[in-house]
Amino acid sequence: MAKLKDLEDYREEIEQCVKCGACRAHCPVFSAERREGRVARGKIALSQAVLEGEIDFEAKVMEDLSQCLLCGSCCAGCPNKVPTEEIVAAARRRIAEEKGLSTFGKGVAAVIGRPKLMNALAKTGGKLSSLLFKKLPDNSGLRLRFPAPYLESGRTLPPFTDKPFRENCPDRIEGEPGKPTIAFFTGCGINYMYPAVGEAFLKALKFLGITVVIPKDQVCCGLPAVSAGAGKTVEALADQNYAALTREPVDYILTACASCNAGLVKVYGDMEGECSALGPKTRDIFVFLLEQGLAERLAELPRAAERTTVTYHDPCHLRTQGITQEPRDVLKALPQVEYVEMENAGSCCGLGGTYSVYHYDNSKKIGAKKAGNIESSGAELVATDCPGCIMQLQDSINHAGGKQRAVHILELLNEALPG
Amino acid sequence: MIEARIIRILSDIVGKENVTTQKADLLCYSYDATQLRFLPDVVVHPLTAEEISLIMKMANAEKIPVFPRGAGSGFTGGSLPVTGGIVLATERMNRIIEIDSENLVATVEPGVVTEQFQQAVEKLGLFYPPDPASLKFSTLGGNVAECAGGPRCVKYGVTKDFIIGLQIVTPQGDIITTGGPTMKGVVGYDLTKLICGSEGTLGIITRIIIKLLPLPEAKQTMLVMFDSIDGAAQSVSAIIGNKIIPTTLEFMDGRTIDCVRQATDLQVPEAARAVLIIEVDGDREFLEKQVQKITDIIQPLGVVETRVAKTPAESEALWQIRRSVSASLRKVNPDKFNEDICVPRSKVPEMIRKVDAISEKYGIPIVNFGHAGDGNIHVNVMIDKKVPGEAEKAEKAIEEVFKGALALGGTMSGEHGVGIAKAPYIPLEITEKASDYMKAIKKALDPNNILNPGKIFLD
Repeated sequence: MAKLKDLEDYREEIEQCVKCGACRAHCPVFSAERREGRVARGKIALSQAVLEGEIDFEAKVMEDLSQCLLCGSCCAGCPNKVPTEEIVAAARRRIAEEKGLSTFGKGVAAVIGRPKLMNALAKTGGKLSSLLFKKLPDNSGLRLRFPAPYLESGRTLPPFTDKPFRENCPDRIEGEPGKPTIAFFTGCGINYMYPAVGEAFLKALKFLGITVVIPKDQVCCGLPAVSAGAGKTVEALADQNYAALTREPVDYILTACASCNAGLVKVYGDMEGECSALGPKTRDIFVFLLEQGLAERLAELPRAAERTTVTYHDPCHLRTQGITQEPRDVLKALPQVEYVEMENAGSCCGLGGTYSVYHYDNSKKIGAKKAGNIESSGAELVATDCPGCIMQLQDSINHAGGKQRAVHILELLNEALPG
Repeated sequence: MIEARIIRILSDIVGKENVTTQKADLLCYSYDATQLRFLPDVVVHPLTAEEISLIMKMANAEKIPVFPRGAGSGFTGGSLPVTGGIVLATERMNRIIEIDSENLVATVEPGVVTEQFQQAVEKLGLFYPPDPASLKFSTLGGNVAECAGGPRCVKYGVTKDFIIGLQIVTPQGDIITTGGPTMKGVVGYDLTKLICGSEGTLGIITRIIIKLLPLPEAKQTMLVMFDSIDGAAQSVSAIIGNKIIPTTLEFMDGRTIDCVRQATDLQVPEAARAVLIIEVDGDREFLEKQVQKITDIIQPLGVVETRVAKTPAESEALWQIRRSVSASLRKVNPDKFNEDICVPRSKVPEMIRKVDAISEKYGIPIVNFGHAGDGNIHVNVMIDKKVPGEAEKAEKAIEEVFKGALALGGTMSGEHGVGIAKAPYIPLEITEKASDYMKAIKKALDPNNILNPGKIFLD
């Protein structure tokens, strides 16, 4: 059985915080609100006080702990590498145990813990036009499942599909002999919202002759549940994914979603149980494609005369794992793309799992900075490697009145590849 | 406990949402980088000098201590609410009011983060040199209150050298201005300089007028490894003796290098017993020549290896060795006392030898790195507080380090200030008469001792 760490297990890491304040330079939530309780140092001080029995999970403590995107930017900039995102997630699990899952936590756990329900929800969403979705009555079950704040105040709605990717793709696509076999961990974003990205993924691997296995009983990686403090859900999902992804022997597990990648590598990696074995096998799609010689193959294609200007947004869950160069290298190698770098490409988009559901105002503030940087880069498209970021980036651009489109790098690769 | 009546007054002044007495908030404003902790009774987030003026008048009438706080990143406890009372956080006062390119002057509020200000002026081709290690998160108000330094100060000077005027709220609640946006000004006492480095005890800074420089066209970085600390120190003197003032002259001693080698996979040859990171800035064409000249000057002084960065990325790679020091030290021993003595630059090798002897005597590792160009040495006493007796040993060692620095004509603190951490040692450095002179100023301006009490002086 998979088992997550308890807050108590982080005592040593918590003591590593020397209160220097460096996290104040890196925390997107702090930059939106500028109060110490919003920054990593404050959250660690509060977690420490909870461990020492100095304070309970009173309202303000819970509020501050809820104000974290779990983006890991603070840890990346911390001289002692204190993993605040893990500590906050552990504290939220403690809160859920003591106080019961908060409403939003319950909603998230109920949906992602039950793939059938998620399928049904996505299908319904797909049938409804977004306008209809907006007009759903307040007491609709859909609103409970997709919590109310999600539908509030002009948010760009998630583009649910009525044809989830995994329902329509084959179980296995045979590649060339001698080439690796990979399992495709699709993640919910590609499965329920961006099936075209899944198709593009398959086309890219076919192009390189890679054998692809798509286990149909894979489920959500559990990252939104980590964010919501739903520990039991995360553990159950990890076990099920372990079973699904180890049924057939594969050389690698590939993700095309930064969050899923972090889920498999970091969250499962830190858990007790068999699921921790999935991490070392997991690769980001672009890291893998470059290893397989994609750049050389793209170089053979004729360079387009008229190219689209594209910039890249670093998803936190890749950047904090040190994966920043490979997605850019793929973009730069695309024949139809003119790559430009934007300012602060590495700052969080503001989505943060369930964060934007409940803290939409702050999330918008953080997103607005991003939209500004995209605008001043002069790019027509902002490409990234994470469906969550795509959703949030598009919402931020729309709010800023921008004309750019947010896309997955795989969609651009899809355009470039023959056939 | 603070009376509800006081909270109501504060709420009337700054708005209810900017006053908090919740335990969670008090905890979050109880610490700084000393890791010491004192719970305030209330935290307020004012927006204007007028609000602060009203707070100070009330505090005086009610005799409630007030503790100004920027980012809370100080190393000596300058912002800690040691007696309880009001923490006055400047986090909302973070506007850059004006950057005047014509006169090379800027006006800012105290809560502006140093690096953000630097980036803003650099976009206009201007330059604010002071660069404390905390510049990505510390505030200009805090920098002024502590008179922060940094690597570039060897060439450009410290914070106070760039501050030409201030607006402050006095301890009794009057709003006054000191200096102004002119390059010269000798009317009355130089209160600007008095407030710089006064650690928030003489007034609350609400506006800062800053002198700027033109941004140098380029910079070049080199890292030089020496077979002894003497070679490195002689190099510093030789470079400056040859009329070259580099932008930065950072050094690391042998023990620091050992830590880095132990804790990281950075390539540092065994023979290196001291490292200098030298940066020069100015017109592009002139930098090449300067780097060559420096290389020629130091070559005979025990150079093991010289690396010169050709690109910004290479420069960053050279700095990586210096930046990895903090984390590397922690791997050697979990707790460190970070002191920042300053001695005349020619005395650096002698000081390092003294520190080595003290380290030997007490059997605790002490590593040195810092700003060789201005003799400002970061002396890091490394211990594990959990081991009984270590903390006491460290304290004794630190006192000897201070005495050693003073004997060489130096000072206990070049950058960090006194706060509460160094207050007990004040008599070592400042005579009773000089102390009395300072205290008389404090007493005259703050008769009720309500602005940041308990700092600098013990009584």
